[in-house]
Amino acid sequence: MVKSKSKPAKRGMTMASKNAISGYLFIAPFIIGFIAFMAYPLYQTVRMVFSNVWLEPAYHTFGWEWTGLENLDWILNVDPDFRWAMTEEIMGMLFLVPAVLVFSLFVAVLLNRKFLGRGVVRAVFFLPVILASGVLVGIETNNSLLNMVATEIQEQNALRANVTGVIEDMFVNVSGDAPIGDFIQYVLDIINQIYAIAMASGIQILIFLAGLQTINPSIYEAASIEGATGWENFWKITFPMISPMILVVVVYSVIDFMVRTDGEVIEMVTTSISSFNEFGQGSAMAMVYFAVIAAILGIIGFIISRLVYYYD
Amino acid sequence: MTNVGVAKQEKKPGVIGRYLARNRATDNYLIKKDASRVLSGIFIVILLFGLCFLILQPLLHQFSNSIMSREDLFDPTVIAIPRTPTFANYRTAMSLMNYWSTLFSSVLITFLVAALQIVACTLVAYGFARFEFPLKRFWFACVILTVIIPPQIIRAPMFLNFHFFDLFGLITLIFGQPLQLTGQLGGYALLSATAMGLRNGLYIFMLRQYFRNMPKELEESARVDGCGKLRTFVQIMLPDAVPMLVSCFLFAFVWQWTDGFYTNMFLSDYGIMAVEMSSLGDVFNSYYIRMVIAAVGSGHGVSPPVALVEAMISTGVLIGIAPIILIYLVAQRFFVESIGQSGIKM
Repeated sequence: MVKSKSKPAKRGMTMASKNAISGYLFIAPFIIGFIAFMAYPLYQTVRMVFSNVWLEPAYHTFGWEWTGLENLDWILNVDPDFRWAMTEEIMGMLFLVPAVLVFSLFVAVLLNRKFLGRGVVRAVFFLPVILASGVLVGIETNNSLLNMVATEIQEQNALRANVTGVIEDMFVNVSGDAPIGDFIQYVLDIINQIYAIAMASGIQILIFLAGLQTINPSIYEAASIEGATGWENFWKITFPMISPMILVVVVYSVIDFMVRTDGEVIEMVTTSISSFNEFGQGSAMAMVYFAVIAAILGIIGFIISRLVYYYD
Repeated sequence: MTNVGVAKQEKKPGVIGRYLARNRATDNYLIKKDASRVLSGIFIVILLFGLCFLILQPLLHQFSNSIMSREDLFDPTVIAIPRTPTFANYRTAMSLMNYWSTLFSSVLITFLVAALQIVACTLVAYGFARFEFPLKRFWFACVILTVIIPPQIIRAPMFLNFHFFDLFGLITLIFGQPLQLTGQLGGYALLSATAMGLRNGLYIFMLRQYFRNMPKELEESARVDGCGKLRTFVQIMLPDAVPMLVSCFLFAFVWQWTDGFYTNMFLSDYGIMAVEMSSLGDVFNSYYIRMVIAAVGSGHGVSPPVALVEAMISTGVLIGIAPIILIYLVAQRFFVESIGQSGIKM
């Protein structure tokens, strides 16, 4: 915007400052909400990391005692579960996110083709957006009685020898110590978890589908005339054109996986705060967890944004 | 084949004959191409069918569970299709959940809350998309922060903050005591109206992306014609954004419907479907024990058979999500096109 010193605008304000005021008026709801409802609890959570906190019995506040880095020290060096849960969670993320990425891209490419009943199939694939949300996640195992039985059934099933198990072992053992064995194991694990992957892929398929639909069909036409095969079309046209979406999908999947309500660390934080009133330790766990997520997102974003191709 | 036969075929070539002739002309390329097309088509059909079945399987399982009678549930030879289908489970679940009044209040409250959220998010998103102001990046970082911080993490301070809501001591100053927002619809309405509700950061992000992709010329020509900023927004930008707003509203509605966190904190007393669904297992438990006591006189150590609880929860979930599934089926287009419209990119 031009700062017009020589030509003052109406009411003596520059265009830029008028714009700024309108902008602030538009985002005012968010600012009010953030300051009134979010900032204070956030500030308290950060403060809890460095304090010993208890609930004052008589009055509706927290009692504070500054303890420095004690909580962080405790969760990182004393608590036997936290580091384990955190590693578990990150390993799970490294396992699931690539799988979700490949799966959702694959499904999106399929759903982008024209075939009979495409609408119905699309509807089914996006159903997880609804089915895998809120209280519906694990509603069957949240019940104390069913929970007990569920673990028992799982143990029984694990003991039962089955055909797929034997085939899996065959594949993995045949390769001996070669790294291909690990890869086969990874693929087999993914096949075993295909339900979890499909349930986690709803929005991602949407994002990819949106990206696919922005690709100009005449590019494919030109490529076909030049004799490109479907495989070449995919790697030379679809993949580069959709690469900005890959970044979006990876970031969304990482966040979605890390902040899901039944994640290991989130559950640890919730129990230590709600059940044991260990506010300091719970908050310290949460903050360390978030620092790690932020770092992972930063690294992933940095790497992928190097590889992303922007058409325009 | 004799020469005569070939000659006959060439005289009156059928569809297959013509096809084979064309195939010969292309040196067997045609038949390879078509065969691979048919085979990959069959492969894709099988794959898609399998994946669709995988996603629908829990729903189908819940449905078959929900229409089973007690005998069928305990009969190991009955697997998916009950011998004596019954709606008894539905009747029990509906009475335990207070179904119709729950449905009514859930629809009303969810609608109100989702509408408030979308109004607030639209305003904020437009502000971020179209205006330059100091600290803009900072405030947008705050939006992102609300997306990536799951509220469960800050539940305790949040609960205290809302239970004794006291904006920097201002409220005590005016009313003499802090305001209680928890357990109040008004409390959540306040949060929703200030874009702090469930996943509001995401809606802001999507809508901002959408507004950013709208042509700037629209507003410029409106300004040249002397249209104020608010009026430009309401009369020119909003009508074009209606499909996107509907999409966001539907997401807000559906996710609010199944949400447990904010519902428990603010709406637990209003008979909301999410609460009824998640507590149905325990409610049925005590209902069963009451029934046993009424029949036998003592309910000590009694607990309902697992198969029965499972069937009851399945039924509850099915009737609980029936309204949103219905919305989803009717308005599927808006869900599917939502992200396409926003043109999300990084």
